[in-house]
Formats: sequence, structure tokens, C-alpha cells
Amino acid sequence: MEGRPRTLLDNIWDTHLVSPETAETPGVLYVDLHLIHEVTSPQAFEELRRRGLKVRQPGRTVATMDHAIPTRTGPDGRRAAPEGAAADQVGALERNCREFGVPLFAMGDARQGIVHVIGPELGLTRPGLTVVCGDSHTSTHGALGALAFGIGTSEVGHVLATQCLLQRKPKSFAAEFEGTPPAGVTAKDFILALIARIGTGGATGHALEYRGSAIGALTMEERMTICNMSIEAGARAGLVGPDDTTYDYLAGRELSPKGAEWDRAVERWRTLPTAEGAAFDRVETIDATALEPMITWGTSPGMGMPVRAAVPDPDGDASHEKALAYMGLEPGKPLLGRKIDVVFIGSCTNSRISDLRDAARVLRGRKVADGVLALVVPGSEKVKKEAEAEGLDEVFRAAGAQWREPGCSMCLAMNDDRLKPGQYAVSTSNRNFEGRQGKGGRTFLASPFTAAASAVKGTVADARELLS
Amino acid sequence: MNTLREIRSHTVVLPVENVDTDQIIPARFLITTSRDGLGDGLFADWRYDAEGRPRPDFVLNRDSARGARVLVAGRNFGCGSSREHAVWALQGGGFQAVVSTEFADIFRGNALKNGLVPVVVDDSTHARLVESPGTEVTIDIDARAIAFGSRRTAFPLEPFARYCLLNGLDELAFLLEREQDIAAFEEASGPATWKL
Repeated sequence: MEGRPRTLLDNIWDTHLVSPETAETPGVLYVDLHLIHEVTSPQAFEELRRRGLKVRQPGRTVATMDHAIPTRTGPDGRRAAPEGAAADQVGALERNCREFGVPLFAMGDARQGIVHVIGPELGLTRPGLTVVCGDSHTSTHGALGALAFGIGTSEVGHVLATQCLLQRKPKSFAAEFEGTPPAGVTAKDFILALIARIGTGGATGHALEYRGSAIGALTMEERMTICNMSIEAGARAGLVGPDDTTYDYLAGRELSPKGAEWDRAVERWRTLPTAEGAAFDRVETIDATALEPMITWGTSPGMGMPVRAAVPDPDGDASHEKALAYMGLEPGKPLLGRKIDVVFIGSCTNSRISDLRDAARVLRGRKVADGVLALVVPGSEKVKKEAEAEGLDEVFRAAGAQWREPGCSMCLAMNDDRLKPGQYAVSTSNRNFEGRQGKGGRTFLASPFTAAASAVKGTVADARELLS
Repeated sequence: MNTLREIRSHTVVLPVENVDTDQIIPARFLITTSRDGLGDGLFADWRYDAEGRPRPDFVLNRDSARGARVLVAGRNFGCGSSREHAVWALQGGGFQAVVSTEFADIFRGNALKNGLVPVVVDDSTHARLVESPGTEVTIDIDARAIAFGSRRTAFPLEPFARYCLLNGLDELAFLLEREQDIAAFEEASGPATWKL
């Protein structure tokens, strides 16, 4: 409709329609940037071979290895090689990329890392792009003002072959965070609080746009943490309108536009944000001044509460009871002070340099408690290098934590970084599903502050006690 | 994809909400380059104990589950990871349809692309099915309706998805036919602006 104030979603959607949706068929949406990894792409390449198809735009797909690869080092100090089926999967990605001409950041490449960490840090992800990947946390890239969403393997094949997807436009959902959050409250707490409020299916069918003064005040990496977990509220995508924070972040990155091209790009990006008065299908407002550090107690990311709160009563809710039974928790008792076995600091949610700095701020000059295994897994080779240049690796090692090679690691336990049955972990990752971090393992999701403080105490802890 | 007009089967009822794709197929089963064989990992951590023995109390291990092609599950089925392996695992386990009150978006899309039908029903229809495990149901794709006993309820199914199911067509074939439109779009919008 002419004249109606438009949202960021409207602006990106309309400029990427190869053909519009009708009552009978979805729209054909053009994909600017397609990211792939070893786990969800092999069957898509196989389908291309079966049909005798080529990759339509090999330069618009970028591959990395992250999910199944080891993050531990071997005796030579270098990353251990994947074994067995994981080696086959990594080998298949190498062969597929070579055969179809897709650029690949393999293990050992200075640009390798978790797919949602490297896109922004290389300057590949930019405002106004459509970005997809066979991974539900693709919503991360929306922090830069891109429309980014996860797809299945069939769709990976569609993009490889046609650079397009068949899509219906999602509904729009504004999550407004207003005010200045208290000290010790991080972006992770913002998003855990939102999901706890609206539920894991609360944004199904919607693209979430994070707005308000508290979002505007966040750094780019903090916005990525928030957009990352949009899928945990069921949203198709999560976005933040691009602003000077976005442009400052992108300026000078390896693949960012340069010179006059940069100036033209910024001029174009400034036209993207949601216009004043634009209508959303749904609006939720959160008072950031009232937020507290959050932690999950159950087996779904919506089962979250302030870190000092007591585990809520099921009130006859079967899913709630099932979660408590799995977690071995009693309602009415706080998690604070509860003994833990493992702390995992990493994942596409919280493995960037600012996350590692947060963890180091707590761990500096302190020790990981006896009996606690603490893993710090940087999100990419670049993050690892930057952390080491700042001496953060030494802070972690001196505290007794393990400093690993970049990858997804214990977020999804596809490699050998896993919880043992019954173990409790405080994890900076995104999912506390049953067995997500290892069969029988039990996960409390929290921020890097909370995770690091819990490592020091050996129990679930409130980092504010250590941050003063 | 095969054509699919009608599914007739008794149901298996898994009355759990927010069944995530990590439960449907745990990540350790994703270390594969194939779509086949994933049925073995279907609900593996609910189906088997630590020693790999079937848990007799889990619904899929009961005799009544044998041959069932329709799974009835709780709200927000298929949430979490985008892994299409979840759909392949359900199909590997013999299922052709899942009935719930709500599906997660990515799972729903993945299911339809493989001919696994996500059937969304209202709370009361759902409650009836949950109360009576093993109910014989008929899912009519053409009419977009699920029937059991004396009840017949319509369910939403995109016209395009319905067309694909009925005719055994897939989206890729449809997209490939749009070659001219895609080429015209690329001509107008130009190449990628990054170089690797």
C-alpha cells in the first residue's frame, strides 16, 4: 500500500521478490547470501547431483566447518582431526565445495568459525540483505539489519540451484525494550526474559524486530546475542534496524565495501529502518530497567527466571512436571547455590570477543572451583586471535578453564564435548532441551557473567556478587 | 516425491508439548551424509535406556504403535533446530502425518517438502484424539480434512503445498521453472558485491 509507513521487514522483503506471492503460490524470494556448514548441506549437494544441476551463484554461498569438528587440540598443539563419520562429513563438504566452486573456510583457515560468528565479522552480513543458512540460529545476522532465517536441507538445495526460496511473508512483531538496564544485566538476559514472557512458540509465524532505547544502546555483538535466540521464541527471524552502531561495526571489515562504494552503501542502508508510525501485527514492551540476570531451570528456553528466584511450581502443567523430573529439581527452591559440574562459555549466542571479555572480567585472578570442568570455546579463529592478543586465554588458563579451538562444541554435543548423564551445566548457549549438551545432561542457560561466576563458585551464582 | 491423497491409520499419541527436533532426532545421529537410516534414531533418548534397551513405557515401543502412520503430539511440535533430519527420521519410523494444535515454522516447511503432512487441529479435536490413542483416522489431502468416528474437521493446508502433495511435485521443480524471472531479477540487481 502506497504511503503506509513501512517496516524494515517490508523494505527488505519487497526488494527481494522475484515474483510476488498469490493466493495459490508463495512468493519467490531472492537470497543474497547463503551460508552452509558440514551437517545440513551434504544431502542438498547430493540432490543437485541427482538432478544434474549446478550451483547457480557459487559466489553467493560461503561454507565453513563448525558443528561436528573437534575443539580440543592434539599433542602437537593443533586442533585434533575429526574421526569416523564426522571426518566423512567434513570430507564431503570439502569435495562438494571443490566440485561446485563454493568458497570454503576449512579448519585451519584464518576465517573459519561458527557460521553465525564469521558472517558479521568478515563483513559478509550487511544491512538490507537476505541471508539464509541451514541452521535455525541464522536469525543472528538480523542484528545488522538483514533479513536472516534458518532453512532446512531441501531449501539449502533450492538456494544452491536457484538462489531463491518459496516464501510467504512472515507477520511482524515488535519487541520494545525501554530504559537503561541495571548493572550486571546483559543482552542474554534481555532475550531470556522475552522468551520466558512470550513462550517458545510465542513468535511463531513472525519476524521479531527488536526496538526501543535499550536496543539502540546495545553494541552490535549484544544485538547478535538477542537476534540469535529469536528462534527460541519460535520467530522466523529477528532484526534490529541499522544505525550508526551498525555502520561503525562494519566499517573496515575484510569484505565490507570500501571508499565510494562504502559511502553509497551507507546512504542506501539509512533508508532501511522502520518508519515512524509503522504498524506491527503484534507489540510486546519490556521495561529494561526492571530486568535481572536470567537463568533457565527447565528443558525449554522459555522456562527461565531471574537468577535469584525459586523454581516455579508446575500447578498441574504436565510439561513443567516433566521438565522438573528431567532436571532433578524441586519447585519452590532457588537454583542459586546449587552444585554444578560443567560450565560452557561459547556457541553462536555468546562466543564473541565481548562475551569472552565478560567471562574474563569475572575469572581474572580467580579459580574455577574444584570438580568443575570449564570450557571456553571462541566463536571463530579471529575471535581466538583477538582474545589471545588481549591475554584472555591466559586469564582462562590461569583460572583453570580450558581454552579451545573455534566451533559449536558443547552447544549441541555433536563432537566429543558432551555432558555425562546427570551432570549439571551452566551454559552460555541457546538450548536447554533434554540431552542437547549430551545424553542425560542438564543445562541451565545464562549469560557469560553468570556462567563464569558459577564456574568460580562451583554452584549456580549471581555474578553481581563478583562484579563490584 | 510420491503422490499422496489420503492417509488411513491408527494413531500413536505422544501428549507432550514443545517437542523439539533434538528429541525427534538427537544431534549425534546427524553425523551422516545421507537421508536414509534416520528412523533408527527417532526419539532415541526417549525410546532407549542408557544401555540401548527399548523402554517399555515409551509409546513407540508398545505393540499398539506398530504400523501407525499418524503421530498425535502436543502444541508447538518440531520447535528448535532446523534439522530436516527430524522429518526424515519420522518418515523412517513409518509416519506420514503429525497431528498437533501448532507446529514450529521450519519443521512445518521441512515436513511439507518431504510429503510428511502437518495437520493442525483445534483444541477439542486434539483432546479427543489424545484421549483415545489408537483411533483410526483418515486424512484427506484433497479435502484438507481429518476424520475419525463421527467427527470430520478441516485443517489448514496451503493451496500450493496441497497441489504438490497431490501431484507428487516438489518446490525445486517449480523454482527451476522460474529461470527467466530469476535471471531478470539478477540482471536488474547486479552481482554480489563481495569477492572471496
